[in-house]
Amino acid sequence: MADASSRVVVVGAGHGGSNAVAFLRQYGWPGEILLVGDEPILPYHRPPLSKAWLKGEATAESLALRPADFYPKQRVTLRLGTRVEAIDRAAKALRLADGESLAYDHLILATGARARRIPLPGADAPHVLTLRNAADADALKAAIGPGKRVVVIGAGWIGLEVAASARALGAEACVLEAQDRVLARVASPGLSAFVDAAHRAHGVDLRLKVGVEAIEAGAVRLADGSRVPADLVLLGVGAAAEDSLARTCGLAEPTGGIRVDHNACTADPAIHAIGDCTIRPLPGGATGRLESVPSATEQAKAAAAHLCGKPAPAPEVPWFWSDQYELRIQVAGLAQGAARAVTRLRTTDKLSVFHLDAMGRVQAVEAVSSAPDFMAGKRLIGLGKPVDAAALADPAQPLAALAVG
Amino acid sequence: MPKITYIEHNGTEHVVDVAIGQTVMQGAVDNNVPGIDADCGGECACATCHVFVDPAWEAKTGTANEQEASMLSFAATKQDNSRLSCQIEVTAALDGLVVRMPEAQH
Repeated sequence: MADASSRVVVVGAGHGGSNAVAFLRQYGWPGEILLVGDEPILPYHRPPLSKAWLKGEATAESLALRPADFYPKQRVTLRLGTRVEAIDRAAKALRLADGESLAYDHLILATGARARRIPLPGADAPHVLTLRNAADADALKAAIGPGKRVVVIGAGWIGLEVAASARALGAEACVLEAQDRVLARVASPGLSAFVDAAHRAHGVDLRLKVGVEAIEAGAVRLADGSRVPADLVLLGVGAAAEDSLARTCGLAEPTGGIRVDHNACTADPAIHAIGDCTIRPLPGGATGRLESVPSATEQAKAAAAHLCGKPAPAPEVPWFWSDQYELRIQVAGLAQGAARAVTRLRTTDKLSVFHLDAMGRVQAVEAVSSAPDFMAGKRLIGLGKPVDAAALADPAQPLAALAVG
Repeated sequence: MPKITYIEHNGTEHVVDVAIGQTVMQGAVDNNVPGIDADCGGECACATCHVFVDPAWEAKTGTANEQEASMLSFAATKQDNSRLSCQIEVTAALDGLVVRMPEAQH
């Protein structure tokens, strides 16, 4: 069991890492805690980077997850601007970029994800940006302004949020997507269609099923030879687990990511991993990546509880949100493999779709500006009992009757 | 600074100073008070900063707006005095506020 001389080192100072050190103290970790991050600023909220921060509605202070004095008050040594180069599992030590060796008794890897790059001619030009961290967001913020022509490659969450923010800032926005619908990888066709219409109504030049050939100075060249004018290009083609450090010690999967169990423990009992860098157990028995703040927080809780000898916290229903224009999109559960989709609400500005499994249980809900349906759906997923699909489809039937039980 | 008392579900009390203009949620997060998850960071998107306002303070904290009320509508442990603590801004009038946490936020 841990004592006052046991040291936990957390590598990665994002949501997962910052929450892990907080939970370790809440759960009574008696020893030393170090939080090591390669960025020079205090751990911060990432979701606003593509929204409030980009639009100038947030401050550095409001972006910080916790104030600077939180860390010393919680007896957490914060080492910012510090890059870890390698893990020596046998010696239980980290090698830092400046050559220093940092010993650990327990290690938590919270290294997040990196923006995927695609091997496209011109993709390394200075006007081609990605968005993962605050420095990326600052570069994007400096480049977007009234009349600027922003071309987004990839109609995923990040790309669409940036397109919405660009429109709010008076820029032109064109979104290029290879698939036949927006959010193809992460949303049901019903939600995709709703979000598609919203972007078009806000003046986004949204083009589906288009191939991109090259990025040139001032334009993006498409597969048909045509060019879309571009002052800046955002690559929004997904994220890959940031597992390069884990790879130095054999803990990364060949196809990427760090495999963990329900305690967020890796194959090495001295090393936990949390957040976007992990391949984790998913509801329904599968494993996979779950890129979201709530998942990182849930795993931070699980890792801290495990290290402190506390019972594992109850599994949480995965959930996610995105704000685009005046729309609040909220998704709970995982819709993949659902037997049927039940649309309860569909107006010009609201949507709710429930995804049922073969037993008639709600396994996911997608809601746009429909908080009650989102919350009810999240609760129904947690309850895991079959529901009356006809009642679910009828907005006149109160959800409360379905959600209680 | 106003003092806020947070009471965990197990009865443990935490009395902390929270600056005027901060939210009751941020006061808990900044002081590592257990029992408030605040998944969404104060966007009123998740209902994981749910608290019960001590009845003596309900008039001073005001009531939930429409978005907050709808987020609370299906919270597993909802009571009449349920609020999302990210939507309660600390003012001088809230010095001494007492809030209690539900058993779980998820």
